[in-house]
Order: sequence, then C-alpha cells, then structure tokens
Amino acid sequence: MHYLPVPLHIPDGFLSLTVLLICWAITIVMLAAAISRTNKSLGEKQVPLMGIMAAFIFAAQMLNFPVAGGTSGHLLGGALAAIVLGPWAAMLAMTAVIAVQGLLFQDGGLLVMGANILNMGLITVVIGYGLYRGAINRSRKTRLAVAGVAAWLSVMAGALLTSLQLWLSGTARLQVVVPAMLGVHALIGIGEALITVGALAFILQTRPDLLGENSSSAQSGRGWVFAGAIISLAVVLLSPLASAFPDGLERVAENHGFLQLAQTSPYEIIPGYAVPFLGDTPLSTIVAGLVGVLIVLALSVLAGRSLQKKS
Amino acid sequence: MHSHAFDRYHHKHSFVHNLDPRVKVATTVAFILSNALLPDGAWVAFLAAYVFMLAANACSGLGLGFTFRRSFIALPFALAAVTVLFSIAGAPVASFQLLRWNIVITDAGLARFMSIVVRSWLSVQMAILLVATTEFSKIVHALRQLRVPAILTVIISFLYRYLFVLADEAMRLMRARASRSAIASNGKGGGSALWRARVAGNMAGQLFLRSYERSDRVYNAMLSRGYTGELRIMQARQFCANDWLMICVLLLCLAFTQIVGRML
Repeated sequence: MHYLPVPLHIPDGFLSLTVLLICWAITIVMLAAAISRTNKSLGEKQVPLMGIMAAFIFAAQMLNFPVAGGTSGHLLGGALAAIVLGPWAAMLAMTAVIAVQGLLFQDGGLLVMGANILNMGLITVVIGYGLYRGAINRSRKTRLAVAGVAAWLSVMAGALLTSLQLWLSGTARLQVVVPAMLGVHALIGIGEALITVGALAFILQTRPDLLGENSSSAQSGRGWVFAGAIISLAVVLLSPLASAFPDGLERVAENHGFLQLAQTSPYEIIPGYAVPFLGDTPLSTIVAGLVGVLIVLALSVLAGRSLQKKS
Repeated sequence: MHSHAFDRYHHKHSFVHNLDPRVKVATTVAFILSNALLPDGAWVAFLAAYVFMLAANACSGLGLGFTFRRSFIALPFALAAVTVLFSIAGAPVASFQLLRWNIVITDAGLARFMSIVVRSWLSVQMAILLVATTEFSKIVHALRQLRVPAILTVIISFLYRYLFVLADEAMRLMRARASRSAIASNGKGGGSALWRARVAGNMAGQLFLRSYERSDRVYNAMLSRGYTGELRIMQARQFCANDWLMICVLLLCLAFTQIVGRML
C-alpha cells in the first residue's frame, strides 16, 4: 500500500505556540465562513457528495507518475478540488483530508493541524479557485492553462507559507528554508499542474456539464477572483523578496515587530549574524532564476503539445 | 484491498482501550500542548513526559515499545530545523568547513535543535497510541461531542468510510496502466515524462467521475434507508466518575511536567 507523504505536513513540535494559535485563528475563521455558506446553500445531498469527494482527493493523492531517478510526480489536490467542487466545499473536503492524514497516519501533527489546513487546504483553494474563476468564460485552452498556473502557484503558496511559519517559530533560518522549500516545490508544483490540467481536460471532454455554467464551480461570486489574484500577487512578490533578498524580509519583519512576536523562549532566534551561513545567498538567487526558467519551459512545452494535438 | 490496510486500531481490552474516547483525545492534545510549552533544554521535564508516555503505553496492553516502532515517521522533517544548529549565538561546540562556509555549531543551537526533535518525537508517539487504542469512528464521534462542527465530522466519517473503496479504485487504475505501458528493465517508463503526466491526469479525472457517480448511488441508497441529513450512532458513551478521575490525574501529571520544566 503506497501512501506518499507530501513534504508540507508539519509535525507537532516544529511551530511555536504563538504561530500555532495565529494559524488556528485564521483557519477557524475561514472554516466557519465555509461551514455557514455550505449549510446555507447546499442540501442534505451535498454532505455524502462532499465526503466522497474528500475520499477522492485522498485517493487521487496516491496516483503518481514516474519522472526520473526514482522520483515521481503526484497531487496535493487543493486547486483541483476548488475547481471541481467550488471553493467552500473544497475547503471542507481538504480540511477533512488533512484531518484524517494527521489523526490516522500521523502525517502532520494534531496541534499544528490549524497551520497544515491553512497551508494545504485553504490558501491552495483560494488561489486555485480565484485564478480559475477569472478565466471561466474563456476558451478551453485558456481555462486549462490558467488552471495549470493556478495549481503550480497554489503549491508554491503553501510552501512559502510553511517556510514563513517555520521561520517565525524560530525553527529555521529564513535564508535557507525559503529557497529550499520553494526550490523543491517548484518541481513538485509542476507535477501538480500537469495532473490538474490532465484531469480537467478529461472532465471537460467527458462530462462538460460538471464544469459548465450551472455547476457548483461556476456559482461562487467574482470576489474570489480578487482574493485569488491578490494572494497570488503576494506570493509572486514575496517569494523573490524572501528567497533572493532574505535580509530584506527579515528587516521588514523586525521593523514591524512581528519577529519578536514569535519569540517566547530565550533560545529563539536572535537575528544577529553569529555565523555568516549562506549570508548573501547566491544560491537562493540561482534557485529563483531556475524556477522561472522551468515554469516558462513547462508552459511552452505544454502549449506546444496541445496545439500539436489540434492540428 | 482489506479495510484494515488503513486501520490503525489494535483490538484489545485494556485500561487505555476502555477509557472514554473524549478523555483520550483531550489527553493527547494536552500532552502535545504541554510539550510545546516546555522551554528548550528542559531535559528533566522531557524525561518526565517520556515516562508519562511509557506508562500510557504500558497500560494499553500493546507493549512498551509499541509506539517506538512507528515513531520515526516525523523525523525527516527535522531537516527543516537543521539550520538552528548554527544560527543561534552561543558557545561553539563543533565546527567544520562546507565549501567556502565555516560552519560553527553552538551549544544553544544544539539545545534548540534537540528540543524540537524530542518534542516532535514524543508528540507523534502519543498520537500513534491514540489511534491504536481507539476506533476511528469513536475518535470522530468524540470530536463531535467536543463541539467540532457536525458537517466536518460527517465529512470525515464519509471520507474514512469510502477511503478504502476509492483507494481500491485508484489501485485498479494504476494496475491497468502498469499492464498497458510496460516498464523497461532500466526502470524507465514508456513515453516522455510529460506524456506520463497526462496519463496520470486523465486517471485523476477518471477517478473523479467514478467517485462522483458513486456518491450519487450512495446518496440514493441512503435515502432508501431513511436518511434525513443526520448521522446516528448507537450507544453514545456516558461520561462516568472514573473518566473524570482519570482526566484529573492525567492533567495533574502534565502540570507536574510543566512545573519540573520551569524549576529544573
């Protein structure tokens, strides 16, 4: 039985209590909104549907394809869930998936579950749905391309958020954790994007009604487009700031005092540079550049292939 | 696939098995919280927490080393915390040369790193013990009784119920793929990576449609059995005096750990 842990599940013990509580607060507010919206808009029928869709996300995370050197691409599923289920239902389904992974498989901690839900189940949905919603009336090709970008960006957003939480908890050095996490997840995100696009292409071909005008994925308002766009923009702007100019972000945090927020014990990070380890990280700049090249490459290959199939 | 491929419950009649699921859930969360509250380097308190955990293991009838065997699941994540070894000011313990950087491990950094790893290691073992001694449906029911919104617990119940079915479906899809695209002896799959990705994507789409159609059938079947939008459970367990006593004892143990952590 293969069960592939995605390296975004934070175990207990890695986040400080302050960071933990802030994440829980955000998660609870968003989930409360999701619950009240779903209770209002959906009938009793949707409950079994959402439960089975959550199981679908879980099972879809097992699907993989071999890439190279023993590694394989697989799915996190936030963006796909958002596109096929609509945002609120997707949030609840992803939350259930993360809860079961934490409770049953110890994949991700219990006390840090708030952070894990936020990173993998909420922000991925907002980005995935927001961007896709903006393109919902466009041509099939545009929709698929936007869905791919949204899927990639949703994984990057989760990775960025995870690294920021680790940094604020005093568990990892910003200069190292952000480039490392973003670098790894830039590749994982490509697998996510390809599977998401493949799945949507298949559904659009066989059951276009499920993604059409009257489907649950087209019901939610245009506000999602703004939310998705703003968060995407924040990720796009913050990632280079955090990975290429890590000192910049650390200084901003220091000026606004939220670095001290997380420091509860005397041993927490003192941002003095005791050791110049990866100080002005040429590594992070290289990683950021590499990421950009890889996205453009993947997108152009993908576009080329779909055009080739048409002709 | 048999359902117990996913089931982590070990059937036994022990003291821990017989506790109210709410007590177990609350104690597990309190234990993890207590670990998170302990300051770095409070080794005596960590030892006390370890003893507490061992005692819980012993009372579960599963053997002292039971949780130990699976406890390293969270260890790879420790990689994320490695940088604290050199980024905290303190007395140098060891140093070495990596490429052009001179890396110095400090005592404060070492204490912080070890504390993070120990916290995580202890917490994960308690979570393992919780699922090994409590049936999953009872954990979910306990969550409902602890005021987790009904819609979430119902979705989790359905997820758990259909996990096996859909995992089976996914395995069938993968078996079908494996039987149609042979893998060469050098381990390479057929086609390009992009082609394989598209196949995986199509499989995910296929899985979605099958799940969607199944949910329709499930709903109709439930309606025919009298489903009104609410799940029922038999034999809701009452909170008895023994449970109150236990929760007091357990919380006192954790409070003691905290005091030890602050004093020593």
